Amino acid sequence: MAATRTENFHQSQRIPALGLRFLLLAGLSILILIVDYRGNHLATVRTTIGVTVYPLRVIIDAPISMWNQLRDHSSTRNKLRIENSLLKEELLLTHVRMQRYSALEAENIRLRTMLEARTRVKNEVGVAGIMSVSANPFRHVLVIDKGQNEGVYDGQTMIDADGVVGQVIATDLFSAQAILISDPDHALPVEINRNGLRTIAVGTGELDRLDLPLLPNNADIRVGDLLVTSGLGGAFPAGYPVATIDTITLIPQEPFASVSAKPTAKLNQVREIMLIWSISDEDDAETEE
Amino acid sequence: MTHKQRSQRLPVIACIITALMLAIIPMPNWASLFRPDWLALTLIYWTMMLPRTYSVGTAWIVGIVLDVAQGTLLGQHAIALCFVVYITVKFHLQLRVFPISQMSATVFVILAFYQFVLFWINGVAGVNAPAVTYWGPVVIGALIWPLLTLFFTSMYYRVKQRS
Repeated sequence: MAATRTENFHQSQRIPALGLRFLLLAGLSILILIVDYRGNHLATVRTTIGVTVYPLRVIIDAPISMWNQLRDHSSTRNKLRIENSLLKEELLLTHVRMQRYSALEAENIRLRTMLEARTRVKNEVGVAGIMSVSANPFRHVLVIDKGQNEGVYDGQTMIDADGVVGQVIATDLFSAQAILISDPDHALPVEINRNGLRTIAVGTGELDRLDLPLLPNNADIRVGDLLVTSGLGGAFPAGYPVATIDTITLIPQEPFASVSAKPTAKLNQVREIMLIWSISDEDDAETEE
Repeated sequence: MTHKQRSQRLPVIACIITALMLAIIPMPNWASLFRPDWLALTLIYWTMMLPRTYSVGTAWIVGIVLDVAQGTLLGQHAIALCFVVYITVKFHLQLRVFPISQMSATVFVILAFYQFVLFWINGVAGVNAPAVTYWGPVVIGALIWPLLTLFFTSMYYRVKQRS
């Protein structure tokens, strides 16, 4: 009895090879860090582990979605009728606008073929729900409930009803992570809708502000100008609204003006976002043949 | 021995999974600046009490899962948690006999190291954030430590009695 106690005591005093194990694991971590930083080589590892985290996300999300469902159930008949009539009105208005739009699109295609320009990219859109936002306050990353099983791919563009929200950066089997345009690591090629001036909009870490660090002091910009995606980086399709310029500060001794813009998308209010699948017309033609 | 280990395992794993959920639960932006490092706190307690069952290996696996869940660089939280657990296990005999106030102060220091490792890797990788924002979790973590120990200790003795 006494012998086992002293043995236990000695055992618990010294953990075998603790330092060695720590050094090995730290070295392994640094190796993984470097590989992960250099490129997207560990996507499959992330996907595999992501599948194990998915049930946890579902559990976390359950009370919120249940609350939403409860609210839907408890809304009264009257409320629903009012909402219904409002929605019908809105649908009608949208239809009217769409008629003009489709006519314009047809005209645009005709003009483009006359000019023998490449036809524009056609886009397919699908809706995805947001499961959770990043727990890391320095990064604006969110998780959506569509993944590889629905054909979501890395670099896919995400929009809401008012403008560009961000892009997908990692995909799991059933979910995907997406970075918002306001993330400090994110930059997106834009042009000013009024005059086609091209620049880059960089995230600031604040949800309601983007920076335009590359506009010279003499650039033709005004407060209220709409920025749309230019499609030049290849990641985003062209022509979607991104932000409106809200402050321009000219600093005479600096080469660049300090310009900030407010995203048109409601980055902190979205619950559902739309994913864009870019399908170029050429691919379409090929599949039809 | 195996039976004892198994009965010890379940509650601790439940603790770690709960901590992981608390770590990824969505919160408003201002509140997440003060979110304590649940996983670091949980691992500090359990590796201090059961250093032969849970040690740097556990910390590393949990860290990798946390990296995937939070979308940070793979290995960032793994190395930080490994470091935390290494210090804890190295000094676990001293830590166990510390009075609660002294233990809180120690947890403060360990969490500061933890955040420093994260801050360092973020800096090298180019994710810049003001250094002040890293202090919130450290302070809150040290403040809630006494409550957490109370909870964990009752659990620990129940586990011991059962085995």
